[in-house]
Amino acid sequence: MAAIEAAGMAIEFPLYHHNARSLKQRVLASTPLRLKRDEDNRIVVAALRDLTFRIGDGERVALVGPNGAGKTTLLRTIAGVYEPVAGSLRVAGEIGSLIDPAAGMDPLLTGRENVVLRALYRGMTEAAGRALADEVQGFAGLNEFFDVPIRGYSAGMNVRLAFAMATAMTPEILLMDEWFLAGDAEFMARADQRLSKLVTDAEILLIATHDMSIVRKWCTRAIRLEGGRILADGPVAEVLDAAGL
Amino acid sequence: MIHAASPVHDFDAAAPRRRERAIEDLRDGLARWRLAWALARSDITHRYRGSVLGPFWLTLSTAVMLAALGILYAKLFRVDIAAYLPWLAVSLIVWNTLSQIVTDATTSLTGAEGVIRQMPLPYSVHALRVVFRNAVIAAHNLPLIAVVFAFFGVLPGWGVLAAIPGFLLIAIAAFAASMFLGMVCARFRDIPPIVASVMQIAFFVSPVIWKPDMVGHWEPFLAINPFFAVMETVRGPLMGTGAGPLVWTMAIGWTGALVAGAWVFFVRFRGRIAFWV
Repeated sequence: MAAIEAAGMAIEFPLYHHNARSLKQRVLASTPLRLKRDEDNRIVVAALRDLTFRIGDGERVALVGPNGAGKTTLLRTIAGVYEPVAGSLRVAGEIGSLIDPAAGMDPLLTGRENVVLRALYRGMTEAAGRALADEVQGFAGLNEFFDVPIRGYSAGMNVRLAFAMATAMTPEILLMDEWFLAGDAEFMARADQRLSKLVTDAEILLIATHDMSIVRKWCTRAIRLEGGRILADGPVAEVLDAAGL
Repeated sequence: MIHAASPVHDFDAAAPRRRERAIEDLRDGLARWRLAWALARSDITHRYRGSVLGPFWLTLSTAVMLAALGILYAKLFRVDIAAYLPWLAVSLIVWNTLSQIVTDATTSLTGAEGVIRQMPLPYSVHALRVVFRNAVIAAHNLPLIAVVFAFFGVLPGWGVLAAIPGFLLIAIAAFAASMFLGMVCARFRDIPPIVASVMQIAFFVSPVIWKPDMVGHWEPFLAINPFFAVMETVRGPLMGTGAGPLVWTMAIGWTGALVAGAWVFFVRFRGRIAFWV
């Protein structure tokens, strides 16, 4: 049973490696919205503020909101990249993340070699990785390009490979940023099928997107973020209508 | 209810359980040695991609440096080249390994920035990658010692096997250094150039090109230098003189201090690394 639970969760990015003093003078002179001083007197960006939510089995959740609302940061935090500075987060279930298609990919390796490498990233053995590569090959539909170094791939091909790779591992929780929309129509149809299968297997899908047609088609629930806070959380139609989206 | 097979990650900022997380990181990182090895190997092959000699450029450049320094300094120090060059070969190759490790350690985490910010991975994998990468580099240079020894007819005997614990000690120190320097350098970007200049000074003040007995009655104090102590645990056995108890005590002491320091730092700041890189 997969679940994501957050209570009062906050993420703050300290602005290191900048000229802190002049930055402080500049931003704190006006009334800042998301930049603030933490207890060590550092300037931090409040990326996520006091998030409380629970996502259970079978939920397909859309994260909506303007650029900089904290959607991707929330995905990364759930993936386990960032540790919250306040509050708690509990994630139960194997996570598959489609946050950045290029993450952990080596442009000089072929598609197949990259799948094996990704398997190693996930703590599998080379043999298991090679078996996985055969599986991914079938779904990605890259034909002979599967054995070509991926730096020669088009954006769409990268998406195919990354999507096939992430979903081949049948994660219980799938985290997705909107880049995967770069696939062509034929691929999107297959991706759609695969996602519906994934979600009907009682798992969680969490997707950050600006495309409301995707939200209406795939999701059951929407969480609207703005300025790192949750503005609305509920059924898709309700949240989108209230926001006039 | 949580399914037994599902991994659970649980984080509460009020009770961060930092030690447990650090132990977990270390355990998972070491369990993914295959990944660290694959990354280390591709680091080397990518560096020499498309070149004719490939990683043997490492061997060749060390050989050239050895020949040049060996002939010049044998002359400067007025010593017999047959006695000096085999010693220099061991010295220089072991030193290069140490110095390369330290330099690499400073970028162990900042160099993996792309991965660190995109996917959760035990940070110890990055340190292990540095260890493996340098082991591969060392494996390309060490055979030169055998070549030089064969050329000058030096036969060190079975005593060379005593160098194995020395190599192990270097590997442990390299792992700790990658963790520690990797973190410090991710947070404070002024540290890498400082480390680089310290290593340059260390090269001249450590007995690498000059022999320890050249300093006369100061010789016992040389072991205070961590680079000398650690280097000597390998160099002594390879030269057939072995490493004395003082050298071993100091080498283990320094490595222990490094490991302890790295551990404390890692436990405390592990959760901040993703914000630093």
